[in-house]
Amino acid sequence: MANKVVYKGSSDYLASEDLENAVNIAMALGRPLLIKGEPGTGKTMLAKSVAQGLEMPFLIWNIKSTTKAKEGLYVYDTVQRLYDSQFKDRDVSDIKQYIKLGKLGESFVSDTQTVLLIDEVDKADLEFPNDLLWELDIMNFYIPETGETIAAKHRPLVIITSNAEKELPDAFLRRCIFHYIAFPDEEMMARIVKVHYPELEANLLAETLKAFYWLRSIPGLQKKPSTSELLDWIQALVVGGIEPERLSAEIPFLGVLLKKNQDFDQLLRRLSSGGQQRQQGWGIKKFGNS
Amino acid sequence: MFSGFFYVLRDQGVPVTPTEWMTLMDALNQGLAGPSLSGLYYLARSVLVKSETHYDRYDQAFANYFKGVETTDKLADQVARWLEKSLPRLKIDPSQRVFKDWDLEELKKALEERLAKQKEEHHGGSQWIGTGGTSRFGHSGYNPAGIRIGGESGNRSAVKVAAERRYRDFRADETINTRQFEVALKKLRQLSANDEGPREDLDIDETVEATCKRAGLLELVWEKPRKNTLKLVLMMDSGGSMNPFSRLCSQLFTAASRANHFKDIKFFYFHNCVYDNLFLDPFCSVRNSVKTRDVLRDLSQDYRLIMVGDASMAPSELLMAGGALDWGAENEEPGLAWLERLNRHFHHSVWLNPLTAAEWPPVEATYDTIAYIRRLFPMFELTVEGLERAVNRLKVNK
Repeated sequence: MANKVVYKGSSDYLASEDLENAVNIAMALGRPLLIKGEPGTGKTMLAKSVAQGLEMPFLIWNIKSTTKAKEGLYVYDTVQRLYDSQFKDRDVSDIKQYIKLGKLGESFVSDTQTVLLIDEVDKADLEFPNDLLWELDIMNFYIPETGETIAAKHRPLVIITSNAEKELPDAFLRRCIFHYIAFPDEEMMARIVKVHYPELEANLLAETLKAFYWLRSIPGLQKKPSTSELLDWIQALVVGGIEPERLSAEIPFLGVLLKKNQDFDQLLRRLSSGGQQRQQGWGIKKFGNS
Repeated sequence: MFSGFFYVLRDQGVPVTPTEWMTLMDALNQGLAGPSLSGLYYLARSVLVKSETHYDRYDQAFANYFKGVETTDKLADQVARWLEKSLPRLKIDPSQRVFKDWDLEELKKALEERLAKQKEEHHGGSQWIGTGGTSRFGHSGYNPAGIRIGGESGNRSAVKVAAERRYRDFRADETINTRQFEVALKKLRQLSANDEGPREDLDIDETVEATCKRAGLLELVWEKPRKNTLKLVLMMDSGGSMNPFSRLCSQLFTAASRANHFKDIKFFYFHNCVYDNLFLDPFCSVRNSVKTRDVLRDLSQDYRLIMVGDASMAPSELLMAGGALDWGAENEEPGLAWLERLNRHFHHSVWLNPLTAAEWPPVEATYDTIAYIRRLFPMFELTVEGLERAVNRLKVNK
């Protein structure tokens, strides 16, 4: 293989084998990598880790509902030019100085290969992904104002994340490499937690994971607690000096894990309707302070 | 190469296109799959499958197509390394080509055992895995009943991973009033691309932009208004068990029929479950009915389908041919088949249930009609919040 650079995760991010594969496939084929997954499974973190692992510069293009595809290429600051023409500050006939490259443009002109993250692409207008098809395929664009064509010096590795709020157009999907980050199982989760808290006691870890996965298994939760919430919770437990033994009887700081009122109610209903006997002692008073 | 897999995938309902298939071929030419079947599994999945909701079907297709290709996982790496240094091929005396009785299962087992014992390379012997020689395992050697271990190796794990079907799960309060329903339904829209119709809206941003470009000389820019292209079909249960919820349902009906932002909206009624006929009025009289088949033919697949019903009935009404409650409605196919047909036809569908979620049995329950239907349709409570979530669900592909 000509391309010897291979992504193998990085020190602070554990990528599963199939995720690593997907990154390497996208890189070898020069296709954008589309990442979907439950919130909190580390979609955005992945791009950072790829940039770190491959030692490439990292560019982030955050998408909002008002973002237009063209903004990623360049912005022609006409208002500034108008001001300048009125105050005669600068030579307004030189249009080049009013052309500012967007994130995609920046990644094209970079002297080294970059990792470009297009974050939450589904936030934007439905047509947004289609408007970028050409640029992501051919990797160049034309600026009519200056008559310039900006072509990528090095094909950036484009990573796109989506929360599936909107459907992405088929034409766009066809060109992407797709990967869905499944929620990590207990074993993987234990490894992830260890990356973040290497000092954590083994029995505390085991107890937290047990409680965490039990909580996730409750049907009908609107917002299941995710990895990032688990990590916050563990921090809260460590700071609060909670003994591992207490976790088998109650869940302290529940507000860190559950963020919705309805989910509290659901949990309460579950507990009061009998449930498993090990949850009997879970203090209702704990719900008060969250 | 194995283009049969392409058709197996399409049969399973994974929408693979030739473009993606060519990309996969390109990737295989670049050697991205490596020598193992699990490499192929992940490569093909990331190139061909574009939604986690299709992962399960992909798994099934993969397991189906590649189930013949199975050997032990460990062979690939370790053994391939031993086999890199090879002796010249052995010359075989044809008279020696006597086949002893052998059994592939037994042979595989022996290979596994030997692999466990063998810690290093062996070449030219008769027992251990290596090149040359007459051991039953290795390549370039000879044994009338042996396993060739070459650069390419099948890998059970991929088929096993596929067969596990881990992505099965993805296959996917208070009082309310009409107004709230309307607001929830308002969110259900899909704007048309603005490439049709006359330019009649003033585009403020573009006007400012154009005016600035001309250094302050006013230039007006007009754009085409965007319209909602979303089409909706609402099917409501008006069976006896729905009577307690009639007020709730009529509110939803009012809200939906008042909503004027849909390109098209259609209403149908059914009694407990959908069979050959759909009714045009809530009294479910045969005189005022249409053939379900005709409805499916007439309505394009991009209609969003909202089913409203308590999904509660006798299991026979759902599962048996001729099980329809109405006397004389001799349904040849069980209701479930019709529901499956609806679900397959419409790319976006949800089920709204006036029973609160706490009353629903778990999806795994085998005896309950609600559970059956939940396995087909994403089910939401008929509350404002449930409707909002259903609307969000209707916006994305299932």
